[in-house]
Amino acid sequence: MSELSVQHLLGIKYLNEKDIQLIFETADHFKEVINRSIKKVPSLRDITIANIFFENSTRTKLSFELAEKRLSADIINFSAGQSSVKKGETLIDTVNNILSMKVDMVVMRHPNPGAGIFLSKHVNASIINAGDGAHEHPTQALLDSYSIREKLGDVTGKNVVIVGDILHSRVALSNIFALKLQGAHVKVCGPKTLLPKHIESLGVTVETDLRKALNWCDVANMLRIQNERLDISYFPTTREYTQQFGVNKALLNSLDKEIVIMHPGPINRGVEITSDVADSKQSIILNQVENGVAIRMAVIYLLASKIK
Amino acid sequence: MSQKVLLSATEINIILHRLACQLLENHLDFSNTVLIGIQPRGTFVAERLTSILKEAYGVKQIDVGFLDITFYRDDFRRGDKTLEATETKINFLIEDKNVVLIDDVLYTGRSINAALTALQSFGRPKEVELLTLIDRRFSRHLPIQPNYRGRQVDAINNEKVKVMWKENDGKDVIYLINK
Repeated sequence: MSELSVQHLLGIKYLNEKDIQLIFETADHFKEVINRSIKKVPSLRDITIANIFFENSTRTKLSFELAEKRLSADIINFSAGQSSVKKGETLIDTVNNILSMKVDMVVMRHPNPGAGIFLSKHVNASIINAGDGAHEHPTQALLDSYSIREKLGDVTGKNVVIVGDILHSRVALSNIFALKLQGAHVKVCGPKTLLPKHIESLGVTVETDLRKALNWCDVANMLRIQNERLDISYFPTTREYTQQFGVNKALLNSLDKEIVIMHPGPINRGVEITSDVADSKQSIILNQVENGVAIRMAVIYLLASKIK
Repeated sequence: MSQKVLLSATEINIILHRLACQLLENHLDFSNTVLIGIQPRGTFVAERLTSILKEAYGVKQIDVGFLDITFYRDDFRRGDKTLEATETKINFLIEDKNVVLIDDVLYTGRSINAALTALQSFGRPKEVELLTLIDRRFSRHLPIQPNYRGRQVDAINNEKVKVMWKENDGKDVIYLINK
């Protein structure tokens, strides 16, 4: 019997390949569960989970909440906007106050990179990082790889290009770690200003010509421009960005092969991806959302089983 | 550690035939009955019984499913190891059906309790029965008794019943192991 090598899910960086396989195999079983007419199992009936979101979220928050409910955990939700954080309370104080209500696990999204790691060193609970600034978003990367595995049978040896704002994207970094760990070939593509310096040191290649990148890949993961994190102007206009790095149906049809299109959401339709691409048969965007619940159930289940 | 043979291949075969006949007596053509083997080891018993019923007794169609009970167990976080799941495969409705739950060894009854909870996710059966190859009586933690039993064994708690199947372990045999 195997178990995860970690007590918290802070980032893909801290996982090994066996952990990812265990999460995927467990998610397979949960995917079967969530497709039953009664989609709930009683495993976590004595676990309480706090969802602490210091940043906006739709998909991730709903997905975590649903995963927790499907596992029969008790949950409390906390959004920074309506809390005492505004009154000047520190992160550790906030979380310790929540934990004194006998909470076993914390799912946290925070605008500061490393917030989850910091928390895991100072509080006594299992921490799941639901996105920390431009650092990591591990469950998104897991569900992305899981969706590729489901669509193409395997991740190993596949060519995956990540297109867009690599500099500010936690999804990009977590995806690079996850894909490399599983033996995929990874390319990043975007305007030079949005590609971090020395990104090649992570074992990825760089391409600034979208057509070349798409012709090379099996899967294209399209990222949104993180407008909320853009402190300066990184490209002249949105229209120019779309012309160079947006995927439309004509471009897809002109490629040598049919590639798989992914997007972590939220989509800016007409910017990085047009509607006819997002809603096409090549797109697995909604499968990603469904798989998100199964992946999060697996992560929560596996981490909760280590809480003594 | 010592072990003795509890049942040989021939004895297992005779018992399986007897259990098949008992099922037949109560369920006739299996038109409204489904067999559900509890993962991981009850599935072998379910598959053997199905092939005996089909080949030796001419039953044409039997619905057989496998039920994984991992997420319904009551010992989550109570052991050292993570409980690892196996496949659930029930491709039919159990609503209003007679369900025969099948396992290899009935010990504390906790697995059956979990299986009964898990079954509720697949509908409301008309009736649920329990078939077990080995019944370790005097070891029960819950008020659960089998409707069909292969062999009753008076094993004490530090003894273990190990069921081996040709398709999985190379031979058919059941050992009583003294730890």
